[in-house]
Amino acid sequence: MNDNLLEIRNLAVEYHTDDAVIYAVNDINLTIKKGETIGLVGETGAGKTTIAKSILRILPSPQAKLVSGEIHFQGQDLLQLSEKEMRKIRGNKIAMIFQDPMTALNPIETVGFQIAETIRLHNKISRVEAERRACDMLELVGIPMERFGEYPHQFSGGMKQRVVIAMALACNPELLLADEPTTALDVTIQAQVLEMMQSLKDKLNTSVILITHDLGVVADFCDSVAVVYAGEIVERGTAQHIFDEAAHPYTLGLFGSLPKLDATERRLKPIKGLMPDPTNLPKGCRFYDRCPEATEKCAEAPPEDIEIAPGHTVKCVLARKM
Amino acid sequence: MAALLEVRDLKKYFKTGGGMLHAVDGVSFSLDQGKTLGVVGESGCGKSTLGRTILHLCDVTSGQIFFEGEDITYPTRKQLHRLRENMQIIFQDPFSSLNPRMSVSEAIMEPLILRGGMTKADMLAETRRLMDTVGLAARFENAYPHELDGGRRQRIGIARALSLKPKFIVCDEPVSALDVSIQAQIINLMLDLQEERGLAYMFVTHDLSVVKYISDDIMVMYLGQMVEKAPADELFNDTRHPYTKALLSAIPIPNIHNKKKRILLQGEITSPINPKPGCRFMARCRYASPECAEPQVLEEYAPNHYVACWKHKSIS
Repeated sequence: MNDNLLEIRNLAVEYHTDDAVIYAVNDINLTIKKGETIGLVGETGAGKTTIAKSILRILPSPQAKLVSGEIHFQGQDLLQLSEKEMRKIRGNKIAMIFQDPMTALNPIETVGFQIAETIRLHNKISRVEAERRACDMLELVGIPMERFGEYPHQFSGGMKQRVVIAMALACNPELLLADEPTTALDVTIQAQVLEMMQSLKDKLNTSVILITHDLGVVADFCDSVAVVYAGEIVERGTAQHIFDEAAHPYTLGLFGSLPKLDATERRLKPIKGLMPDPTNLPKGCRFYDRCPEATEKCAEAPPEDIEIAPGHTVKCVLARKM
Repeated sequence: MAALLEVRDLKKYFKTGGGMLHAVDGVSFSLDQGKTLGVVGESGCGKSTLGRTILHLCDVTSGQIFFEGEDITYPTRKQLHRLRENMQIIFQDPFSSLNPRMSVSEAIMEPLILRGGMTKADMLAETRRLMDTVGLAARFENAYPHELDGGRRQRIGIARALSLKPKFIVCDEPVSALDVSIQAQIINLMLDLQEERGLAYMFVTHDLSVVKYISDDIMVMYLGQMVEKAPADELFNDTRHPYTKALLSAIPIPNIHNKKKRILLQGEITSPINPKPGCRFMARCRYASPECAEPQVLEEYAPNHYVACWKHKSIS
C-alpha cells in the first residue's frame, strides 16, 4: 500500500460536438498524497476543470467522452464504480468547491438547510443532529450560526464562498477539489478565505487540488504544482521546483508575463500567439508555435516527460537532467 | 498649463429603496496628457462609476469636471457629441461589450460613421489601419465576435476606442477577463499606444500588480471616497493609509520565499447607502478610535501624496 490518496493514470477526455472533437485532456498522470496540496495552474481552456470533473465523474453528458484512463482513489478505480457507489463518494469523501459562489448555491433554500442536506445524505443521523453539525460548520468558516436560516442572497460574495466551503467540508472529505475558489473575490476577501482554507486543511489533514490561474495564490497555498497546457501536464514538481527551477518554456513564459511589483522595465514579456485550437492539435509539441526555444525536432513528435530532478518532470526535449 | 482633465469634488449618488447610495463621494484629481492614473479598490467602491460619470455615461450629482480647461460638468448635447471624440472607454468584458451581429470591421467603423464626414472608402482604409495598429490580422475583417478569443475581442474594443483619436481613455478593468499571457500582450499594446499618441489613461482595476506596472499615479478608493493617492512607487514604498496597507499586503506574490505578513481585514465593505459622516473604513480598521467618527480631511503628506486618515503619522 502506498501513501498516494489519488492516482490518475493516462486520463484522456474528449468533447464531441456536432462539428468537431475537442481534445480537452490528453494522457494525464497525476498523484496526490495524503495531506498534500497541489496547484493545477494553466490558462482558460487548458483542461484544468475537466480534470477535476473527471475525478468526480460530473462531466457533461453526452458530449464528454472519457476515452481512457484510471482514477484510483483509496484503492478503488472511480471510473469502474456504479453510479450508486459514486454518489456515496461525491460530497462525502471527495468534495468540490466551484468557482462562482453566486451560482453554486440554491437561491430558494436557506444556507443552513443546504449544508445540513449534504450531511444527512451521507450520514444516518437525525435532522436536528445534522442541523447542529451544520451550525458547527458555519462557525468553523467564520459565519455566526444565527445566520443559519438566511438565504444566499442575504450574503455577500465572500460569505457565500464560505458557505460553499462549509458545505464541501461538512463530511470531512479526504480530497477537496477547489476550482478557482477565490477568483470571484476581492483581494482582501481572498486573503481571508485562503487563510481560512489553510487552517482548515491543517486541522483536518485534507488533500487539496487547487485549480487556479493565479501563481501568487499557488505560491501561498500549495506544496506542489502541475502546470497544464493544452490538455497536458507540461511541468510537475514541488513548489520550489516550479518557482525557483522552472524548466519548461511555457512555465517560464507564464512567469515572464506577470507584472511584478518590483519591476523596473517598462514592458512585459508576453508569450506570443495563442493556445492551439483543441480541435486541431499539432502533432509535435503543443507549445511549438509559441516557444522561443523551439527546434525542428519539436514539431515532429510529442516530447516525453523527462525527470530532471527527483519529483520534477518536464515535458520538453530541451530539459536536461540537472 | 492646465491639466488635460480635472475633477473637483465629484459626487454621484444613486437613489435606492433604502436611501441614497453614495457611489462616488467627493473625489478630486487632475490628469495630464500622456499620463496614467490608476484607480484601485474593491468591488463596490465606486471606481467604475467614477470613470462612467466623468464620461457622462451617467449624470453628475454635484462637483465639477474640466476637460482642457473647459467646464464640461453639464454639457449640451452638441458639446457631448464632441466630447465623445476626445474621451473614450474600453470596457471590462470583451464578451458582452461587442454587438454580436456586427463584424469586426463594422464594429470598428461604427464610431467613424457616427461622427460622419468621411467617405466610405476612407473609413474602410482607416478601419484597416486601426486593425493593424491594435494587432488584428486583416483576415478577421469579416469575422464576428463569437469567432474570436478574449484577447482579440479586447483588441476590437481598443480599436473602437482609438478610432476617433481621443486624448483620454477610461480603461475599465480592460485585462481582468484575460489570461496572463494574453493580458501581457494587451498591456504592452496599451503602453505602446500611449507612447505613440500621448494618450492619458484612467486605468480602473482591482489588480494591484497591473496597476503598479502601468500607472504614474495611483488612487485608492474606499466606499466612494479617495483614501490615498500617490505616485505609483511611493504608494507601495511609503504606504500611509491603513486600508491601503491591508490592500497591498493581500496581493498574493508569485514567489515562495517572499512570505510577507498579511494584514487580515475583519469583516467586509460596509453599506454605501446613507453612510455615516466619519471615516468609512473605521468599522474594519484596527487603529480605529472614537475620533475617527469625525469626517476625514485629505491631507497632503508629501508632494502629490494625499492621505485621508487623521492618525496616519502615528501608526507607521
